[in-house]
Order: sequence, then C-alpha cells, then structure tokens
Amino acid sequence: MHDEMSLKEIQKEWHGSYRAYAIGFIGSLLFTLLSFFLVLSQTLIGAPLVYTLSGLSLTQAILQFVFFLHVGQEPKPKWETVLFAFMILVLLIIVLGTLWIMHDLNDRVMVGM
Amino acid sequence: MSDSLTIHHTREPFPDTSVPDPHQDIFSKTTLGFWMYLMTDCLVFATLFVTYAVLRHNTFGGPDSRTLLELPTAFIETLILLTSSLTSGLGLLAAKRSHRTALLGWFALTFVLGASFVAIEMHEFTQFVHAGHSWTRSAFLSSFFTLVGTHGAHVTSGLIWMCIMMGQVFFHGITVANFRRLVLFNMFWHFLDVVWIFIFTYVYLIGVL
Repeated sequence: MHDEMSLKEIQKEWHGSYRAYAIGFIGSLLFTLLSFFLVLSQTLIGAPLVYTLSGLSLTQAILQFVFFLHVGQEPKPKWETVLFAFMILVLLIIVLGTLWIMHDLNDRVMVGM
Repeated sequence: MSDSLTIHHTREPFPDTSVPDPHQDIFSKTTLGFWMYLMTDCLVFATLFVTYAVLRHNTFGGPDSRTLLELPTAFIETLILLTSSLTSGLGLLAAKRSHRTALLGWFALTFVLGASFVAIEMHEFTQFVHAGHSWTRSAFLSSFFTLVGTHGAHVTSGLIWMCIMMGQVFFHGITVANFRRLVLFNMFWHFLDVVWIFIFTYVYLIGVL
C-alpha cells in the first residue's frame, strides 16, 4: 500500500532549521522577559496590564506554533493547518462560552451572597 | 459466497498509483495523527484553564493566588522549559543530519532541563501541601493543582518517552522509524512549552497582580 520512505526523504520532510529555532527561541525569550518585567516594574496596572500580558502570551504562542511546530508550512493539502483552525474554533467556543455563562450565572444567582 | 471470498483475498488488480500523492506516506500520516492528538490535548488544557479562570477567586478563606504564588520560581521554570524546547529542537536538527552522538547529547541536556523543571514544580507543590494549602483547601487550589499538575504530568511522561527514545537511538541508531518518533516527541515537547506560556501568564503573572 504505502512505500516506506527512505531516511533521507523523511529527514527532508521535517521542516526544522537553525534559523527558525534561533528566531523562535530569541523571540520567545524577549516576550517572556518583557511580560515578567512589565509585572515587576508596574509601569502598567489593572486592566491595561492584563490585556498587554494576554497579547504578549498570544504572540509568543503564535511565534512558537510557527517556528517550532511549523503550522501552515506543510505542502498541500494542509490537513494539519485545517485541524489547527478547527481546534481554535472549538477552543474559542469552550473558553468564551464558559466565561460568558459562568459570569452571567454569577451575576444572576449569587446576588447578595 | 465463495465468489465474494475470493474477491476479498485477491489483490486489487489496478491499485490507484497513477497519481503520486506525497501525503499518503506513513510519515505524514503518523505526524498528522499525532497532531490530531495534540489538538485535542489543547482542548483539554483549554477546559482546565477556563475552569481555573472561573474558580480562581473562590478561595474559601484560604490563600489566594496573590499570597500563594511566587513569580521568580515560575520565571525560572519558564526559562528552563523554553531552553529545553530549544535543545530538543537542536537534537532533532542533529538527527536530520544523522549525527547520533550530537542527538544523544542534546537530548540528555533536554532531559536534565525537563527533570529540573519537574523537580522545581514538585518542590513548589510539596511546599504548598505542607503549609496546609493542598487541593482540598479551596476551589481555587483544586483548579490550580489540576491545571498545573496536568501539565507537570505531561512533562513527566515526556521525560519517560525521552529516556525510551535515547535507548532506541543508542541501540538501533537513527533509523526511519526512530526519526519519525523523534519528530513526534519534538512536537509533543514544543506543545508543552506553548501550554506553559499560558500557565505562566494567566496563573502566575496575572495571579500575583
């Protein structure tokens, strides 16, 4: 059914490179340091700080998904990318839906407690 | 009856090989299957994260995240895990060039980093439990231990997997099957680092504000 590929072919199939790892690692390091020192220095407080930290963590996750996990870099048909997009959709439904419902319940049921 | 049996046992006379499809090979099938597992694991972590987000203020008179969590510890854990992600990638880059000794060296370093990450986390957990802040104390602590503990359990299983892979490579060299497994392990390890970014941000950084 399937021809077993040779080692050379498989080694070519994996997209990792020194350049991608350098970008991914240094980028992640910068984002981590930036988040950490934003919290320590308290230049921002309250909601703006929370939103900035969320943004930084999302950017770092995208960076790692692209440079470490090679999302979107496979040849067509891009099944891995499709699965990734579907996972994000389900994740958003779970996370936003739960937060919405639980906050709503909290407001309606826990009044005066 | 006998006709249908013979049909089942004869080979397909004209297998559809007219269109060469590079994605029907066992390598990309396996990586796609493993990727599917990682995506479902993402959803497991998403539910645990959102449970934590809902329950994190329900401390039941116990400690809250602000008094309990220590940012420097989590920061060091983050750096360790990020570096181990890099070293595991460098190991795979060595495997790509069939450098067995370099691969084993990078993986040994990755193992040491991963093990120290788990050790720091276990130390943190035992400290909490000895101080009376175990998972039975409050809803906040239950969700905290579940979320961070699930990640720790994943890292621990990654460490076991890494040991097995180092043994495989040591005894059998970088074969087709071993390279495929190394790629899967590498995906798993990077994925755990991505999950940790969110634990560091939402549990530790935002938790101590």
